[in-house]
Amino acid sequence: MSKTPSSTSPLPEPGSRFPDFAFKWVAAGAATMIVILIVMVGWQLYMGSRLALSHFGFGFLWSSEWDPVQDKYGALPFIFGTLVSSLLALLIAVPLGVATAIFLTELAPLRLRQPIVMAIEMLAAVPSVIFGLWGIFVLIPWLRDHLFVWLKRYFGFLPLFQGPIYGVSMLAAGIVIAIMILPIITSISREILRSVPNLQREAAYALGATRWEVLKIAVLSYARRGLFGAAVLGLGRALGETMAVTMVIGNRPQISASLFAPGYTLASVIANEFTEATSDLYLSSLFELGLVLLGVAILVNAAAQLMLKSMTGSGPIKVN
Amino acid sequence: MEASPYLPSENFARWRKVKSTAVTAVLVVCALAVIAPLFLVIYFLLVNGASSIDMNFFTQLPKPTGESGGGMANAIVGTITLLAMASIIGVPLGVFGGIYLAEYGSDRANDWLRFAADVLNGVPSIVWGMVAWLMLVVPLKGFSAYAGSVALGLMMVPLVMRTTEEVLVLVPQSYREAALALGVARWKVIMIIVVRTALKGIATGVIVALARIAGETAPLLFTALGNNFWNHNLKEPIAALPLQIYAYAISPYDDWHRQAWAGALVLMALILALNILVRVLSRDRNQQN
Repeated sequence: MSKTPSSTSPLPEPGSRFPDFAFKWVAAGAATMIVILIVMVGWQLYMGSRLALSHFGFGFLWSSEWDPVQDKYGALPFIFGTLVSSLLALLIAVPLGVATAIFLTELAPLRLRQPIVMAIEMLAAVPSVIFGLWGIFVLIPWLRDHLFVWLKRYFGFLPLFQGPIYGVSMLAAGIVIAIMILPIITSISREILRSVPNLQREAAYALGATRWEVLKIAVLSYARRGLFGAAVLGLGRALGETMAVTMVIGNRPQISASLFAPGYTLASVIANEFTEATSDLYLSSLFELGLVLLGVAILVNAAAQLMLKSMTGSGPIKVN
Repeated sequence: MEASPYLPSENFARWRKVKSTAVTAVLVVCALAVIAPLFLVIYFLLVNGASSIDMNFFTQLPKPTGESGGGMANAIVGTITLLAMASIIGVPLGVFGGIYLAEYGSDRANDWLRFAADVLNGVPSIVWGMVAWLMLVVPLKGFSAYAGSVALGLMMVPLVMRTTEEVLVLVPQSYREAALALGVARWKVIMIIVVRTALKGIATGVIVALARIAGETAPLLFTALGNNFWNHNLKEPIAALPLQIYAYAISPYDDWHRQAWAGALVLMALILALNILVRVLSRDRNQQN
């Protein structure tokens, strides 16, 4: 006799719904953790900086005094350092990154694309501390003895390139950050350029445009907003860079017009002084610097995501 | 003979061509400039680091100031310990979060969660260190391996979550329907059919996240702190390769600089190995589909 169940055999009892229910809520809980984490990070930093917030008020942001001995703290030199080093990095990395993305999507022979993309992905994998090490022992000596001397000789009339050359400097930090954000700017720009419809290019070529004209008329004008989003995302990365910057910027809380002068950033002062903070107010001030950094980073990142999303239409571009 | 007023002059045509060629050349130079730093970094890592790597480097503890020799055995083990402990936090949270996004959440909620994950991804790593310090170093009254791995583990969550979602969505809908039609409970369908099918992709995502956090230094500075000896108790400070590289790089001793390069070379090799593993795993996946 075959053992096929007869049509009259009863259906198996439906199992308990509980495991299904529990599983769903575990998953939902894990997903909600993302939101909880954002709130928690902000809340923790706020709690950590309460003392400084009540002690200095908003004046903290505008004061340029940073004197642990007298227990006086102000954020301005660090905000200045973070902004200047990040903007320098963008100034270098955005043109290079966008140009490389154009090269990869429009020009490079197919056989060359994959290796170059792989090299850029590997550059993204190099840890910050290794860039810092390389910065200290390779890049800085070269900058000090060659590039900076050259800049000073030919552009010394600008206040940007005056003053003594130490090597460790705002400009060195800008260059190192630029190298570190190049991969993300390049890969996002590449995604954006790939989303430009081929019809655009073909139409321009059909009108007799040269390669540069096609790029200008058909590709870049179409992709402008997305490329801007890529730059903003790069800015978000640049603001939070810590180790490599700490190792090459010179760590001096000052505001100087010269790019050869040492500076200090929000992230690097936290990295350097957190374990040495001797008074409660000192520690709390460092937390407030962290709060400022977090606020700016979240705003910039959120703006970049929204820009990229509206550009591609199909959900945010994956960012690693 | 007079040139036709309706055609651009020959000079203008030539100028357009020259401009186009010039731009092409500039683009090539830019592409070279972008990949040059990678080769410069690797070249100097090899030149300065390779000569300092010997058996001692992998088997010995750091020597006190002034004595030459010694190694980074404790830092290598410390980094592996921290990565393993970070995975215990980051992988379950990330994978289950990804399961929710792919299998349950409504479109609107998912948009927000994805957005939140991408924003969380942009939180500066030093901030994670501060948060872990408040959460663990203060209550436990000391720097510890726990605090360091929590900082790293939380950084993994958004990364793992996004990649898990991406690979789960790739599993054909018909697999789920077939299993559900057989009366299999939904959670079993997800765990046994969907996750199982996408397991390689999930593992790839986890390795990508590990490669990303393996080199992180900033979140460890005031959580794991670093240690010149073996760590025998996870409630004590623990050494990590990036921390050791940083400490040696900013020290004034030539011998330590040499060791920093060696440590950097080993760290880079570890990260490259993880990346190659990712490539091998995802190549198989691409062939399957």
